[in-house]
Amino acid sequence: MVSPILELTNINKSFGHVQANKNINLKINKGTIHGIIGENGAGKSTLMSIVFGLYQANSGSIKINGKEINLRSPRDSIINGIGMVHQHFMLVENFTVLENIILGFEGETVFGEKLQKAKEDLEKLCQTYNFNIDLDATISDLSVGFRQRVEILKSLYRGAEILILDEPTGVLTPQEVDELFKILRSLKEEGKTIVLITHKLIEIMDLTSEVSVMRQGEMVGHTKTEDTSKEQLAEMMVGRSVLLRVDKKEIKKGESIFKVNNLSVKDDLDVTRVKDVNLEICSGEILGIAGVTGNGQTELLEALSGIRKVESGNIELFGEKISDQNNFLNPRMLKEKGLAHVPEDRQRMGLISDFKAHENLIFGYHDQEPYSKSAILNNKEITEYSNKVMQEYDVRPNSPNLITSNFSGGNQQKIILSRELNENPKVLLVGQPTRGVDIGAIEFIHQRLIDMRDKGAAILLASVELDEILSLSDRIIVMFDGKIVGEKENKNVTDRELGLLMAGVA
Amino acid sequence: MSNIVVDKSKVPWWVSNVIVPLVNLTLALLVSGLFVFIAGENPIEAVKLIIYGSFGYIQGFAYTLYYTTNFIFTGLAFAVAFHCRLFNIGGEGQAYIGGLGVFLVAINLSFLPVPIVWLLAIFGAFLFGAAWAYIPAYLQSKRGSHVVITTIMFNFIASSLMIFLLVDVIRDTNQMAPHTVKLPEEIWLPSFEAFSGILGIKIRYSPLNLTFLLAIASLFFVWFLVWKTKWGYEMRAVGHNTQAAIYAGISPHKNIIIAMCISGGLAGLLGVNEILGVSHKIQAGFPAGYGFTGIAVALMGRNHPIGILPAAFLFGILYQGGSEVTFEMPNITRYMFVAVQGLIILFSGALENLFRPQIESFFVRRLNREVNA
Repeated sequence: MVSPILELTNINKSFGHVQANKNINLKINKGTIHGIIGENGAGKSTLMSIVFGLYQANSGSIKINGKEINLRSPRDSIINGIGMVHQHFMLVENFTVLENIILGFEGETVFGEKLQKAKEDLEKLCQTYNFNIDLDATISDLSVGFRQRVEILKSLYRGAEILILDEPTGVLTPQEVDELFKILRSLKEEGKTIVLITHKLIEIMDLTSEVSVMRQGEMVGHTKTEDTSKEQLAEMMVGRSVLLRVDKKEIKKGESIFKVNNLSVKDDLDVTRVKDVNLEICSGEILGIAGVTGNGQTELLEALSGIRKVESGNIELFGEKISDQNNFLNPRMLKEKGLAHVPEDRQRMGLISDFKAHENLIFGYHDQEPYSKSAILNNKEITEYSNKVMQEYDVRPNSPNLITSNFSGGNQQKIILSRELNENPKVLLVGQPTRGVDIGAIEFIHQRLIDMRDKGAAILLASVELDEILSLSDRIIVMFDGKIVGEKENKNVTDRELGLLMAGVA
Repeated sequence: MSNIVVDKSKVPWWVSNVIVPLVNLTLALLVSGLFVFIAGENPIEAVKLIIYGSFGYIQGFAYTLYYTTNFIFTGLAFAVAFHCRLFNIGGEGQAYIGGLGVFLVAINLSFLPVPIVWLLAIFGAFLFGAAWAYIPAYLQSKRGSHVVITTIMFNFIASSLMIFLLVDVIRDTNQMAPHTVKLPEEIWLPSFEAFSGILGIKIRYSPLNLTFLLAIASLFFVWFLVWKTKWGYEMRAVGHNTQAAIYAGISPHKNIIIAMCISGGLAGLLGVNEILGVSHKIQAGFPAGYGFTGIAVALMGRNHPIGILPAAFLFGILYQGGSEVTFEMPNITRYMFVAVQGLIILFSGALENLFRPQIESFFVRRLNREVNA
């Protein structure tokens, strides 16, 4: 038997306490399109970054064509014929296509004959695979789909035999996806090997001949695509692990206090990310939003919390319209009305990592008494309060003067949570409350959220962890491509049903 | 190529805030010594002259403190904006316009009781400096025009504007030079020799005056503002993480404008020293580069008042001691000391991180060894 073009054996990789890859074994055969599928955080991107030399594995071996190799940097991988197209393109916007492709590999090709030669080679490549790209066009003038082609072309020009694509369709329109698939098929016909990382089942079924499924850092199965079905893959992806059920009282649903009507929201690139969403939350209820990252949950939460402008539709709090396309209340005003927000990205938004813990514990409430009086911060009060809540929420170490970046992820999250829950909000928006948080803290955070619900708060919980949604929510909606594609009472829903909705299949 | 990665949380504060600046300063002075040597003079003698010139006699020391006063203002100005991650390069222009504020208030309100004139003149200096910084701040926050570019441009505009005013509008028409009339003597700020006169010590003229105390007060003001008020808190929040600031309902626009205006106002206070304290009139080009040197002062002082005070004093020593050297050593010209300043800026600003990783990792390793032992 021919040895596989790429073989990974017992790859392990951990970041701090989090093990992103556990004993991964993978064989990829030459001339195939091999899919790697899994939920967010399953470890797919980490694994491929190891193959591309961006990260070094803690242990394990990588063989190419049966020969063991040592990949210390992307350059090593490129020399060994591995190319990678990232989710976010690595292109110089104001360079031309040609300049971007030879960048870093220019050698003597910048001038004269050699440059002409490079251009001819590239034109040949373009023709072989039907790229249809103008090599002299400036990147900033190209659409996303074309930019992606430039990335692919770049890898091919550098001699890639194995091409890794990380979520290539996330940013593309349906037409662009079709074009991309055509290109990938013709690459395969020419004998190239393609590794496709995705969480979209449709793409796997359409394109791949073999598929490997990852879950929570482990490889849970390999199969030929023709021998499997979407349903089976969804099951493998989500897993049937025992749920971490939280002690939860019977729901005491109150009146509806938070309502979203026909809401649409655009992201910074002017792409509509939330499409005509309607939802309603009652006091004493947790509404879970399930869905794979990037399906509009982020933008939805940002719009609801007053950070992002509403494109159309409106939001009501206690029957009062708080936002529509013409005006919106800023986060501070919303806080005063009893709406708190635990943002999904704590590093980027939830806190300031260079600030001391006590400064982050009053962040957003810093201009309220007793933390400040007539503009002067009351350090004594702040320290007292910080000591108290850090004890109550078991933040370790319990030192309010420590710079926040020195706390672990779980403890940073507790800092945010204690801050946002301390004021007893009526409505609580929570995004990914336990991302990157260790098990002990997860339980604690979940219990706090349940306590808030029992006290009568209306909670909107967005999470890509299906277990989390299932164990906490009273009612679940699923978002896919900016739309709500399903709504279920938590009593009568299976993870499999949700998995299919999340993948846009059902 | 080796990349040294240092765990920042393990670096003791005195290593990054004291040792590193001192190493950089020492290097700058060593290279300067080399220049002095090449120019044909003895570097050791030059150092002796600097120390004598700036500390050796009362008048010299008074000059040193006078320069220090100016550097405190412009250093603080840069530091305040920097806490909001804004590079205010416009201290020079803001100081120039601040001087206009002092003069206009003082000359028009000189009939009021003297302490009130002083207070109003200080207020005028701050207001005019702040107003000059407001325009770049507005352009940054609303239009995204980078303050580095606009503040540099505004230095030129301030200079042209002041020349125009000094030639055509507010010139003392009894003479030809581009300066105004002198302010009435009653409202001049008391000088150092006036104070020492009261104590019965007679010393020769120096430009040191009461403004020195205003500079010290400004150090406290900035410390209090940045670390003890919610405004400082919000400015720092915007500077460190704009996204998070928006999440917390803190307006980046508002804080960019506040930070720049306070920054410009502090630079404007230089006008109090120069006009109310020393020359008592506006002369063309009176900020004389203090605004730019303030950037180096702030960088050396790590943008903290406690650091800015010694950094300003150091530059005061260099200014005063430098003039002593040029006086005594014919081969050393005034420009040599501009070069020395340049070297300090180079080593403590541009090359700030040249030795930082090595020094920090050295101490981290040593300290860890002690802990483990």
